[in-house]
Amino acid sequence: MWFEQVMFFVAAIGAIGGAIGVVTLRNPFFSVLALVGHLLSLAMLFLLLRAEFLAAAQVVVYAGAVMVLYVFVVAYIGGVEEPPFGEDRTGAGKVGPLFALALLIEICIAVLGSGLSALDGHGAKIGPGFGSPGEIGRLLLERFLLAFEAASFLLLVAAVGAVLLARRRRGLEEDGGGDELPAPPAQAPIPAGSGGPSSLGEDIPTRIPAGTAEGPADPTVDQSPDHETQETPA
Amino acid sequence: MSISWFVVLSAFLFCIGATGVLTRRNPLVVLLSLELMLNAGNLALIAFSRMNGNGDGQVFALIVMVVAACEVVIGLGLIVAMYRRRIPIDVDEVSELRG
Repeated sequence: MWFEQVMFFVAAIGAIGGAIGVVTLRNPFFSVLALVGHLLSLAMLFLLLRAEFLAAAQVVVYAGAVMVLYVFVVAYIGGVEEPPFGEDRTGAGKVGPLFALALLIEICIAVLGSGLSALDGHGAKIGPGFGSPGEIGRLLLERFLLAFEAASFLLLVAAVGAVLLARRRRGLEEDGGGDELPAPPAQAPIPAGSGGPSSLGEDIPTRIPAGTAEGPADPTVDQSPDHETQETPA
Repeated sequence: MSISWFVVLSAFLFCIGATGVLTRRNPLVVLLSLELMLNAGNLALIAFSRMNGNGDGQVFALIVMVVAACEVVIGLGLIVAMYRRRIPIDVDEVSELRG
């Protein structure tokens, strides 16, 4: 019994510390790392609540896969440091901390005043298979089959939407010239005959450093063809 | 271990996440704080599932995790698209909805 309480307080301190770290750390990369710690502590809390399958899913899917996605995006766009709690915001952004404080006071009043007396202390009696993968799977495929199918369809729609949002050339760039890709101008002089080898020799050494040297800092260099033609005559 | 401890913890985690959503300017950190709020909801769902001795709350929490994954994918795709169009990664700057 005391072991359960010790584990609860360790996990609760970890979860609250991770959450405060997410909100207050300046660098987004450290925020992501704090969220990983928060999710691991939360998985420990799920285990204390006899939700073994969800704890495993939390660690594998959330703290593993989703956080890797976050780390990739943070590394791609670069960490932009900012002071927490909206110290340099303007206009309506200044009232954000006030609303957060109001929510905290409201939750404290709700918790201290009324809510918890209605909760049963130690929970109902549960069977040995409670929260196991078999139990969850049986519930998903029998009682919640519609929700299961809707969730799978939602994942499919999200995957298609992500591909559509993050595709590279068409549709998102303003200067992309509508639907069609403009022809790459570097290939136009090459079949012309006499100037072929010289233009090829000039083109390749200028294009490769432009893509590699400032690639992570400025990713649109290697995908906008007119930017490339501005650099090749120099 | 009383169930009410878990519910109180979930309420405070939700409040911390809401603070992050309301005060941060970087949309990446706003998404992270949204994850905090969704996970606080998950903790409350699982606590109530344990209290009733019923597995339904755990299935709800699983569906919430699916929704959170979809939200992350779409949000990160939007942020990457913003970065490609050289829009500043700042929720104060992106204050107009335009096509």
